[in-house]
Amino acid sequence: MAALTDLTLLEAADALRAGEVSSVELTRSCLDRIRAVDSRVHAFLTVTDDLALAQARAADNWLRQNPGGSAPLVHGIPLAVKDVLCVEGAPATAGSRILEGFRPPYSATSVSRLLTAGAVLVGKTNTDEFAMGSSTENSAYGVTHNPWNVDRVPGGSSGGSTAAVAARFCYAALGTDTGGSVRQPAAFCGVSGLKTSYGRVSRYGLIAFGSSLDTVGAIARSVADLEPVFRTMAGHDPLDATSMQSPVPEFELNGKGIRGLRIGVPKEYFIPGLQSEVESAVRQAITALEELGAQTREISLPHTDLALPVYYLIAPAEASANLARFDGVRYGPRRGPGSYPEDYFVTRGELFGPEVKRRIMLGTYALSAGYYDTYYGQAQKVRTLIKGDFETAFESVDLIACPVTPTTAFGIGAHGDDPLSMYLEDVFTLPANLAGIPALSFPVGFDSARLPIGMQLMAPHLAEDRLLQAAHAYQTATAWHREAPPL
Amino acid sequence: MYPARIEEVHPIRGGPRSLRYNTGKVALTAEEVRKIARLARLQLSEEELLRYAQQLSAVLDYAARLGEVDTSEIPPTATVLPLTAPLRPDEVRPSLPPDLMLSNAPFSEAGMFRVPRVLEEQS
Repeated sequence: MAALTDLTLLEAADALRAGEVSSVELTRSCLDRIRAVDSRVHAFLTVTDDLALAQARAADNWLRQNPGGSAPLVHGIPLAVKDVLCVEGAPATAGSRILEGFRPPYSATSVSRLLTAGAVLVGKTNTDEFAMGSSTENSAYGVTHNPWNVDRVPGGSSGGSTAAVAARFCYAALGTDTGGSVRQPAAFCGVSGLKTSYGRVSRYGLIAFGSSLDTVGAIARSVADLEPVFRTMAGHDPLDATSMQSPVPEFELNGKGIRGLRIGVPKEYFIPGLQSEVESAVRQAITALEELGAQTREISLPHTDLALPVYYLIAPAEASANLARFDGVRYGPRRGPGSYPEDYFVTRGELFGPEVKRRIMLGTYALSAGYYDTYYGQAQKVRTLIKGDFETAFESVDLIACPVTPTTAFGIGAHGDDPLSMYLEDVFTLPANLAGIPALSFPVGFDSARLPIGMQLMAPHLAEDRLLQAAHAYQTATAWHREAPPL
Repeated sequence: MYPARIEEVHPIRGGPRSLRYNTGKVALTAEEVRKIARLARLQLSEEELLRYAQQLSAVLDYAARLGEVDTSEIPPTATVLPLTAPLRPDEVRPSLPPDLMLSNAPFSEAGMFRVPRVLEEQS
C-alpha cells in the first residue's frame, strides 16, 4: 500500500468509512511527514499535534458509534488552515509580529464548519504578512519554499497552504484570495485552488485585509478533493453581513461534464512577456477542453490592463482602514515609552513589516483629503468598467479560460525590494476579485525546469458548480494533477 | 531633490515588459511621506521615508493612468453584491466573556484594557 499521505482526500475518506484506516493513523502519518520534511519547506507556522490527535480520536469514536457511511466526506481528514483565519485554541499571527502571541477566542465560520463536520486540523500555514504579497516572502516568520524546487517561492499569499498540500502534509487546506492569493500559489505549487465568489463563504473570523475583495478558498490536490471542502464551508452565515443567502446548489461533479459548454478565451490575457511555455501549456489545455466537447471562442475583456492600478488603490485603501485596529491595546505586543500617542506610532512602526507599512501608506494617501477623488474614487469607477467586462462576456460564454500567472515560480529574492514588479505578478488574478466572481486554478503542465504551470477558469458569480465540473472533466482525462514534487 | 523621472532611480525590473508604465509625473517628497505616516500612525526612520517616497511614487505613477479613463457617466462600485443592509431582530444575546476578551491584551487592569494616559490631569 502506498504511504497514507499519498492518498487523495476522497481515497482517505473511503478508507476511513470502510474501516481500513483510522483518522488517528491518517493524522499521525501527516504529522510524521511534517516533522520529517517541513524543515525544507517551512509550510507551517504552528503544528497543532495535540489538538489534531484529540480531534482524530473524536472522529474515530464518532465513526465507531455511527457506522453505515453517513459521515461527511471531510470527517476524520487532516487539513491545514492559513494563519489569517482564526482557530480557537491555536495561535493566529497573520504572518505578522504585531499579532505575536495572539490566541483567538473564537474560530472562523469556515473553519468551525469543517471542524463540526469532523475534520482534523494539523496546523496553521505560513502567509505573507496580512496576506499582502505574492511569494510568502513577506511573512515575519520566514519564507516558505516551493516543494518542486526549494530555491523558488511557492507563490503567495497562501503559499504555506499550497506548499503543504503539494508536499503531502495534509489532504486539503484553506487559503484566502484577495487578489489571487489562492490561485497564484496553487499554480506555482501544482495543486488545485478555488477562489470562491465574494459572499459565498463567510468572512467571520478572517483577519480582514480588503473587505470588498477578501474571499476564503480551498486548496487540494484535485478538483474532486476540493469539492467537499468547498461545500462544507460555503453558505449563509448571519455573523457576516456580506454572506449571501443563496444556497449552494446540489450538483454532481460528474453530472454535466463539459459537452456544449461555451468557453471564452480573452485575448488581453495573452500578452507579450507571458512565458512561452505557460502560453503553450494553457493553449494545449484549452484544446483538451475542446476535445472534451467544449466550444471555445476568443473574447475581449477590454479593461483588463486597468485592473492592476485599480486593485493597488482599492485594496490598500481598505487595508489602511482595517489595519487601524492594530494598536497594541487589545491584542499583540505594545512598544513605546508608555505614553500617548507615541505608543501607537512605535508599536505600529516597529511591528508591521515593510510591505504592510507600504500598503497602509498607499491606502492612507489614496483616501486622504485632496486625493480621494483622483485615486480612490476614480478606482471605484473603473472597477465598475472591469466588472462590466465580465457581465458582457458572460452573456455569450459560460466560462473564461486563461493563464493564472505570467511565469512559473520565480526565485526566492528575485523581486528584491521592488514592490511594483512584484505587483505585476498578480495581473491575471486581480480582475476576478474586483468583479467578485469565482475562479479556479489547476495544473496543466510543467516548464523545462519542471516547475508546474496552472490554468485559470472563471465563472459568473455563484457558479462554482460550473467551474468545478469543467475542471473535474479535464482532470478525469489528464494526469497533471497526480504528479508529486521530488521531496 | 527627486528626479523628474522615477525610472532613473527606480527602474521596474520584473514582470511582463508590456505592463510597465512610467510617466514620471508623480514624485512624492519625503515631507509628503512624513505627513502620510503621521496620518497612518506609523513611526518611520529617515531611511524608510526616503525609500517609501520612491516606491510609493512608482506605484502612484502607475496608477495615474486611471486618470485617462473617462468615467463621467460611470457609477462607483463599492461592493459587488446587490445587498441592502440586512436586518435582524434587536435581541440581547450572550457575548464572549470579558476575561476571555482581555486575555490577549498586553496590559489590563480591573477588567479593562489599560492604556497610557490620554488626557492631562485637571488642576
